[in-house]
Amino acid sequence: MTSKEKTWTWRDIPVGAVVEEPGNASEYLTGGWRSERPVFTPDHCVQCGLCYVYCPDAAIVMTREGYPDIRLDYCKGCGICARECFMSTFGLSCFEMVDEEEFR
Amino acid sequence: MENFNVFVPRLLDAREYFSAGHRACQGCGETVAIRQILKAVGRNMILVNATGCSEIFSSPFPQTAWHIPWIHVAFENSAAVASGVEAALKTLERKGRLPKREICVMAIAGDGATADIGFQALSGAMERGHNMVYVCLDNEAYMNTGIQRSSSTPFGAMTTTSPPGRLSKGQKTWKKNLPEIMAAHDIPYVATLSPSYPFDLVRKVKRAVEVEGPAYLHVLAVCPTGWRSPTAETIRLGRLAAESGVFPLYEVDHGRYTINLDPGELRPLKDYLGIQGRFRHLKPEDLEYIEERVQANFEKLRGKARMTAREDRKDRKKTGRPRPRQVKKAARSKK
Ligand SMILES: Cc1ncc(C[n+]2csc(CCOP(=O)(O)OP(=O)(O)O)c2C)c(N)n1
Ligand code: SF4
Ligand code: SF4
Repeated sequence: MTSKEKTWTWRDIPVGAVVEEPGNASEYLTGGWRSERPVFTPDHCVQCGLCYVYCPDAAIVMTREGYPDIRLDYCKGCGICARECFMSTFGLSCFEMVDEEEFR
Repeated sequence: MENFNVFVPRLLDAREYFSAGHRACQGCGETVAIRQILKAVGRNMILVNATGCSEIFSSPFPQTAWHIPWIHVAFENSAAVASGVEAALKTLERKGRLPKREICVMAIAGDGATADIGFQALSGAMERGHNMVYVCLDNEAYMNTGIQRSSSTPFGAMTTTSPPGRLSKGQKTWKKNLPEIMAAHDIPYVATLSPSYPFDLVRKVKRAVEVEGPAYLHVLAVCPTGWRSPTAETIRLGRLAAESGVFPLYEVDHGRYTINLDPGELRPLKDYLGIQGRFRHLKPEDLEYIEERVQANFEKLRGKARMTAREDRKDRKKTGRPRPRQVKKAARSKK
């Protein structure tokens, strides 16, 4: 991360440690934390959106077509989406957790 | 957007008030809870956050994951600050310096901040009757400083300050029953919720915002790091906790108890404790002891729910219609 605060002196720190830009934590990409990557196959997807609801990192957005789109910049690879996928009740989870090594 | 409208947004706001890029551990249950709670309330809120994981991972200065007005306060005083914010809003509105509108004042704190160090601030705020929502994210220990026991840690759990060994079984005391303590304050609304049940969570949060006066929400936030559980099991653990009766989902609306999830026969405790490393040392007789106590507690709760049902029936007989459950919120100006 190229952090502006690294170059700050005490004069530059905003009074009261106020952060003026809401939600700017998204400048920091947490994707590098991941050791397993969720890979989505739409074949069985019923577009229920459970993965979107349960993802702790807001890394899943629903596309216009109603399918989940994984933002790999932020996904930490917890595996919740694969576990909670509605179709996993039938053993057909739409997500497969694949070791990150395989994408090197 | 059409298909997307089929299911999810009926339940949740499609906007994101808690941005990605926060620094929570993989599979953190607190984040899931925060995301869902914010979606339920919307942007018309002021949030007061006590020190703890939720504050640390969301605000690595100079960044913030929040899209709403948010104040970080000390470990012990989130309830006190939230009541101050509420009083200030009321005064400014009365003096005409702010337009009159419904703004939800919410305090969010961990279980240590709620059950231990912030307890008197919380009790005071509830007793004074401020129009605010207090949310306790209960991950059953002081996780942010490295898993120390709190009074909300369940019996038998391993933490760094209640290590199991030859002379110890882990946590020696039973979990403090905070929702009941809050219900004993006779505040309008108390509920326990779990992000594993988003429908239930959203409804309860909305209800807490809507009632006039203080509301207390106790959220089970699974913490894979401190519970020594697989990250992918976070949501499932929340469900198992509710089904096994360890964390019953119920609400106390103006003194009336409703159990929202009663599985009839409680699920065996082994299912829930088995996937958590913090209970690994427990022997079958310990499990039996815990199971008995959990069942007794659940029975007590059922008794209260039955009593409410009986009162409701009596009321209906007298007035010919059910007791009104929805208490309409009075406009702020009338106060
Ligand atoms: C007065 C005071 N004592 C101790 C601390 C150190 N401290 C910071 S966070 C924390 C633990 C928070 O635990 P909890 O409230 O359970 O929230 P969690 O991290 O589990 O979400 C402690 C002890 C502090 N910030 N202030
Ligand atoms: S693996 Fe975890 S962080 Fe990544 S998309 Fe799935 S639920 Fe979100
Ligand atoms: S320690 Fe637990 S509560 Fe804290 S960020 Fe990690 S998973 Fe979440």
